Amino acid sequence: MKPLALYLHIPYCLSRCHYCDFNTYVLDAGQAREYVRALASEVRHQAAALTEPRRVETVFFGGGTPSLLPAEDLCLLLETCRTAFPIAPGAEITLEANPETVTAEAFTLLRRAGFNRVSLGVQALEAGLLQVLGRPHTPARATEAFAAVRAAGFDNVNLDIMFGLPGQSHRDWRRTLDGVVVLGPEHLSAYGLTIEEGTHFGRLHRRGALRLPREEAHLAMYGEALRVLPAAGYRRYEVSNFARPGFECRHNLTYWRQGEYLGLGAGAHGYLGGVRTVNERLPAAYIAAVSRRGSAVAAREHPSPVAQAEEALLLGLRLASGIDLAAFAARFGLPDPPVDPTLLTRLEDLGLVALSGGSLRLTEAGLPVSDTVIAEIAACLAFPSGVCA
Amino acid sequence: MATDLKLIRNFCIIAHIDHGKSTLADRLLEHTGALTARQMGEQVLDQMDLERERGITIKAKAVRLRYRAREGTEYLLNLIDTPGHVDFTYEVSRSLAACEGALLVVDAAQGVEAQTLANVHLARQQGLALVPVINKIDLPAADVARTKRQIEDLLLLEAAAAVLTSAKEGIGTQEVLEAVVHRIPPPTGSPDAPLRALIFDSWFDNYQGVIIYVRLYDGVVRPGVRIHLMAMGGTYEVSQVGIFAPEMRPAPELAAGEVGYVIAGIKEVGLTKVGDTITEAARPTARPLPGFREVRPMVFAGLYPMEPHEYLLLKEALEKLRLNDSSFTFEPETSVALGFGFRCGFLGLLHMEIIQERLEREFHLRLLTTAPTVIYRVTKTDGSVVEVENPAKLPPPQQTATIEEPYIRASVLAPAEYVGAILALCQEKRGVQVGLEYLEETRVLVTYDIPLNEIVLDFYDRLKSATKGYASLDYEPVDYRADRLVKLDLLVNGEPVDALSLILHRDQAYARGKALVERMKELIPRQLFEVVVQAAVGGKVIARESVRPLRKHVTAKCYGGDITRKRKLLERQKEGKKRMKQVGRVEIPQEAFMAILRLKA
Repeated sequence: MKPLALYLHIPYCLSRCHYCDFNTYVLDAGQAREYVRALASEVRHQAAALTEPRRVETVFFGGGTPSLLPAEDLCLLLETCRTAFPIAPGAEITLEANPETVTAEAFTLLRRAGFNRVSLGVQALEAGLLQVLGRPHTPARATEAFAAVRAAGFDNVNLDIMFGLPGQSHRDWRRTLDGVVVLGPEHLSAYGLTIEEGTHFGRLHRRGALRLPREEAHLAMYGEALRVLPAAGYRRYEVSNFARPGFECRHNLTYWRQGEYLGLGAGAHGYLGGVRTVNERLPAAYIAAVSRRGSAVAAREHPSPVAQAEEALLLGLRLASGIDLAAFAARFGLPDPPVDPTLLTRLEDLGLVALSGGSLRLTEAGLPVSDTVIAEIAACLAFPSGVCA
Repeated sequence: MATDLKLIRNFCIIAHIDHGKSTLADRLLEHTGALTARQMGEQVLDQMDLERERGITIKAKAVRLRYRAREGTEYLLNLIDTPGHVDFTYEVSRSLAACEGALLVVDAAQGVEAQTLANVHLARQQGLALVPVINKIDLPAADVARTKRQIEDLLLLEAAAAVLTSAKEGIGTQEVLEAVVHRIPPPTGSPDAPLRALIFDSWFDNYQGVIIYVRLYDGVVRPGVRIHLMAMGGTYEVSQVGIFAPEMRPAPELAAGEVGYVIAGIKEVGLTKVGDTITEAARPTARPLPGFREVRPMVFAGLYPMEPHEYLLLKEALEKLRLNDSSFTFEPETSVALGFGFRCGFLGLLHMEIIQERLEREFHLRLLTTAPTVIYRVTKTDGSVVEVENPAKLPPPQQTATIEEPYIRASVLAPAEYVGAILALCQEKRGVQVGLEYLEETRVLVTYDIPLNEIVLDFYDRLKSATKGYASLDYEPVDYRADRLVKLDLLVNGEPVDALSLILHRDQAYARGKALVERMKELIPRQLFEVVVQAAVGGKVIARESVRPLRKHVTAKCYGGDITRKRKLLERQKEGKKRMKQVGRVEIPQEAFMAILRLKA
């Protein structure tokens, strides 16, 4: 049986954070109940629609704040997945959570139901910064939540932290890094803040009212994470992701390796059989679509071979392991080497990429400019003439 | 068949831009019934869109009017429209040469302007009778008495009998026509003498070939006659002659004193140059008409298609435009930075803008135009002389003995309070003062010899802003003069960007070089490595800026399997790369070239 990953989107939060542009909405308990029913129904529908049986290796409840739902609902949803799909023994089953929603009782239930990984949104360990971000919790609440998760029996926990925040000093960041290292989770995601259109921060930024760290300071914070976390035993395996050996997030690796996954829930993205899908974005529209036709897919796309190769490049180069050039060339029918060697030599001379043992990866100097480096490489993919317009 | 010469009047209207020439022409057409009011939706003599939009006349046109004077006699009036811009001075002089008189239109509110002076000067040279017409008398700001004083003081014309009009309101139209009949002399000449006709314009028609606009001085021309063009040297058989009524109307013949058109199966307007004399091949005149001159382009620029694959389209478009405009030249040129394009020659800046706009509007081409330049005359150390119209082609300093550049004589007419600003600007533009004359207490005429290159650069814009728009400018070429001219090169990471090279005076090199590299620095996006922009003269760097390498460009989170956003980003980057021009390893956006090329001083 071919492997498959499941992503279930829970689009509700207690409040919207100032930087967040995910498909999330402030909780409407009435709608949420309908939503859970629709989601369960979509799970069953998609399982029935599979053309061949699949072995589910990872399940990821993301959001939003999945932990905002009653534990019973989450257990029910996971149970629905189990009934609908063969879930592999030892599958990674993650629940995203925010500190303000974590209770020992609920997480004990969840652990018992089969969730075995928690991703907790800590973001910062300074009360002032949390306020700036619009987070509804305090640093102390985050630490307590972590302890509760641990007490409930979760031995695979990720903490999300952020740098490059308005008003954040290098020292603040260092304290956050040290603070989370002391907590000792298995996994850390350290994200540089990006200002997105349509968010509160986006509006402030447009008005020039957001005091962001300067570029050099932002980079220094990233550099600090690249030093401090590996020294504490967390290996960087993706641009923003660090883990103790063996605790890399299998679900996210599926995305980065162009593995197949079903996207379930409002606005969820899926990739199966070479087709990328996206569901109805608004919860009400999603619920209506599921009740009307079982599926809520709103758009489908069949990426061209060129687009697939570019995706492989832009996802694969985010990984510390990089891309095996020969395998990449073979997979997409490209000549070997698949990229203009002059460009690679040049990027190597600039210290932005490293080539070793036939694989290409970004160096620490290349990471902060990865979008540009990847675009350069994508522009030089040696497609046989006629394939690339 | 020939009309009695005494009943013919050939005249034109001269005026400063916007003083109402075209509107007055329309009134005359309307009044004489050449056109009904209903047909008058547009100003008829200005036929091209561009002319209408800019309110100026680019090409000369002619129209025949029938006018029954108050005393009862019917006259044939040939109104010849003239181009209204300094780029076309020679064409204006030939149109004037086709007339016996001119209506001099002066705006009652604006008064006499530099172009009025220049046109009066040209008309006097042709010995034309001048009839002052004071127009726009309906405007609240109209000052007829003052305008009359100016006409007398500045133009040395009797203004007591000036005709007062408002072409817009239709006031004074008949008085103008009476003045044409009574104050402009009839043509002279003999229909029996050998044919002698002046070409004052020509136009290419897809079906009939070249249509030559002529004024006959002597003789008769009719279909079947073999004509000879005396300066250009071709002989052709006439297939049709006719008049403009205002549409083309065939006639059995055209005779001495008349204005009309001749069609003779000629394939290119380049063969029928304005100012040439047409005679009869079998019985040529011994006296060609004086004043013929080959017009040569004065201003040059490289025109490049934005999309490289549009090169052929551009070439075809240029060929089509040249069918009707032999004063404009082009030849293929290659730029390292911009690819394949054409070095084009124009009579002046307006001419250049017109061609550019027509290419973009009529042929839907997107163009990149290099900074306009003039023709430099370079004497090399071995004594040979070369003409350089592309700065990138200037011989290296060690092979250059002298560089000469064209000068023009600029006449600036402005309110006296701006005299200081005007003098300062002319000095800054390396001008040599020729004259400074107070025409009235409040008006001053400043005459300077100025390098044409400075005019091409930004003189007019600067003059306008220095005088709040009150100054008017006219100029004519004078001569070539040597100066300490140098080539300023722009280097990007050591590679010269040929399309951005400039020839300028040594003393300006530093400031301009500095301004250019600063601007480049703003326009070149940060790349994965440092980009150094330098300005250099003769291999010596005089200004330097650097674009810091890109430090941060990363999407921190690639979330929830949604890779559409990353893909969109990549697509945008790929699109962006397509619009980049590669100079060495550095990518320079097309927009940067545009911005630099538009950079005025």
